[in-house]
Amino acid sequence: MNWENIFSLAVQQALGPSAVIYCLAAIGLNVHFGYTGLLNFGQAGFMAVGGYGMASIVSTWGLPFWLGILVGLALTVVLALLLGVPTLRLRADYLAIVTIAAAEIIRQTVGSVSLLEYFGGQDGLTGFSGPFRSLNPFSGPLDLGFVSWRANDAWVMVVGWSLVAISCLIVWLLMRSPWGRVLKSIREDEDAVRSLGKNVYSYKMQALVIGGLFGALAGFITALRSAAINPSFFATDITFFAYTVLLVGGAARVLGPVAGALIFWFLLSFLDLFFISAARTGLISAEIMTPNQASLVRFIFMGLALMLLMIFRPQGIFGDRKELALDAR
Amino acid sequence: MHTGLRRIAALFLLAVVTVLAVLSTAQAASAAPRASGDGAPAECTLPEATDDDTISIIGRVCDTRETPQAPVEGVAISVEDESGNTVGEATTGANGTFDIPLPGTTLDNLGKTYTVLIDEESMPEGAALRNPDDVDRPVKINLDNDVSVTFPVGEAALGQGWLTQALQLFVGGIVFSVLLAMAALGLSMIFGTTGLTNFAHGELVTFGALIAYTVDQMPGEIRIGGTDVTMIVAVVVTFLAGGAFGFLNDKALWGPLRARGTGIIAMMIVSIGLSIFLRNVFQYLAGGQTRNYSQYAAVQPIAIGPLLVTPKDMAVIGLGVVVLVVVSLLLAKTRIGKATRAVADNPALASASGINVERVISVVWTGGAALAALSGVLLGLTQGFDYQLGFKILLLIFAAVVLGGLGTIWGAMVGAFIIGIFIEVSTLIVPAELKFVGALLVLIVVLLIRPQGLLGKAQRVG
Repeated sequence: MNWENIFSLAVQQALGPSAVIYCLAAIGLNVHFGYTGLLNFGQAGFMAVGGYGMASIVSTWGLPFWLGILVGLALTVVLALLLGVPTLRLRADYLAIVTIAAAEIIRQTVGSVSLLEYFGGQDGLTGFSGPFRSLNPFSGPLDLGFVSWRANDAWVMVVGWSLVAISCLIVWLLMRSPWGRVLKSIREDEDAVRSLGKNVYSYKMQALVIGGLFGALAGFITALRSAAINPSFFATDITFFAYTVLLVGGAARVLGPVAGALIFWFLLSFLDLFFISAARTGLISAEIMTPNQASLVRFIFMGLALMLLMIFRPQGIFGDRKELALDAR
Repeated sequence: MHTGLRRIAALFLLAVVTVLAVLSTAQAASAAPRASGDGAPAECTLPEATDDDTISIIGRVCDTRETPQAPVEGVAISVEDESGNTVGEATTGANGTFDIPLPGTTLDNLGKTYTVLIDEESMPEGAALRNPDDVDRPVKINLDNDVSVTFPVGEAALGQGWLTQALQLFVGGIVFSVLLAMAALGLSMIFGTTGLTNFAHGELVTFGALIAYTVDQMPGEIRIGGTDVTMIVAVVVTFLAGGAFGFLNDKALWGPLRARGTGIIAMMIVSIGLSIFLRNVFQYLAGGQTRNYSQYAAVQPIAIGPLLVTPKDMAVIGLGVVVLVVVSLLLAKTRIGKATRAVADNPALASASGINVERVISVVWTGGAALAALSGVLLGLTQGFDYQLGFKILLLIFAAVVLGGLGTIWGAMVGAFIIGIFIEVSTLIVPAELKFVGALLVLIVVLLIRPQGLLGKAQRVG
């Protein structure tokens, strides 16, 4: 077993485009869940609307890339409003069920044969990332000695981590403002906030829109990273993984999603590489684990980790338990 | 806290060991050569491709109603090029095959698309293509080999009338509704008594399908009086195993969490973790492919008036209705049933009036999970199953429960029937691939108009 190789590939993943995507998605969930207490289980839907909005504007209608970005963001706002209107007045679990259903509606709709000419069905869309890639300053792979990335990945990482930095700054500024304090008090006690004369519904709606926009950014990166987009990128589990990222790092902490994404992707790829190479080299006999099965072990651990984390350390690694009183609202 | 950890560990260990033990026997059994499956039987095989410098379109027309598949003779086939000119014609021979050479050399034809047309008039009486779109099938020439195509033939649809079609879909909807209702009942009862929105409920459904498969794959058959009752035994075993699994779920995980006072949202996220965990354990043990049980995989439908119903569907409807009626009677008449409804209505008040709430919850988990497992094995019987069988219908279960009213017991059944029938009948208008989308949209619209659901009490839910 080549430890150096496993370690370097795990670091490559921990800093790579996948970590950026989950980090942005988790920043959005942090605004929803961490600060406002909204249980959005449809972040994958926001990502899909952003990504498909941008991709279809460019490849289906042949319009400029930047217009695609704007349309993606605008559609995300529309989705947030559509989801918010029926559910934000209801209990938290209703929002959870509606958002998870909406994400699945979006995924099945864009993947349908009926809309093949607009969204490319199950094969999805390609050929929209030319303008993005033409701006790429890297001509060769980015090599840091023991770890390296391909030129396209390196460009996605530069843009992606910059977006993460800007997003974190925005969240930090928002949450130290009076507006952010209202959000946090909604999470703690909605009725108390209402009795102070604040329009809780409107604040929740604003939080849903803003968190959704971070989700759209994650959708853009998802599409640009592989220069293609298809429905399988936005499966229900993506949202659950983003929750795990958020909870590992610590909800209601500005840098929680960043720490979470680094740790999550390092461990996930480390476990993957470790078990696959253990199964290949016969360290674990094939009767117990075939290489096919080995790639599942990481998800088994992930599910277990999410449960144990929520039971024993709901505040995550860097969170503050007092800050996040996960209550039944 | 430590006892809690130990209990959780015990649950996983037990679940993993049980499933591992039974499934390993299943894998050993399934490794043995399979009986007549869908492999090409000797009767209807593809003609040999010839290795020369011309391209032919070769193919077969097979009747899939028979096992092994039977060749269909005398079907007229023609091939058209891109501009619609007929370039070749043939009629299937006694072995069901045809061979139409394309004009020109290999190089001329590469990259072109030809259309293979079937003359439906020449089909035997009562037979039709399984896929009606196959009447003109485009074939793209990508390689310099002969291209082979297969046309499966099945039962011709009887009445093509709109009403007949709607009725046929309605029957399909009833089958699905019954299964959905069984799963939804458990979810709704668990929500009603504990407040937990259990995202791992789909895995209870999958658990049922897998346990039945394990029993099915055990070596040997179980016979009573000469009839093979393996599958019937499997259904019974599944029901019991599902109940035991639910009981363990509650005792090892959810009970201790309730005792610690874990919040409802935290428990919801724990259930997501459990769902991811179980789903991957299932895939680890059972593999990723779609499977069918050894019995009742393909059965001849019976015509009732204009409708075609398989005996399997009727058995599923019959069993499902009996189970639902029995459960309803238990809930309505028995002491524990009344206690369950009391707890669902108001746990604090029920507890104050002397009902042992923890015991009721334990019963609800056992019963709910047993129903979910039963729904899993019956779903597997009607449509096949894989490791995400339950996860795929989880949202539909939610839709049914929310439509009827979260936590209400009769509401879950009403909701399941509306959603199940709506899903099937809506395919009259919307494409079949979007039928789940329609059901989920109904869910959102209902929340907009009547958030407490059809049978829920009009109360503040937020």
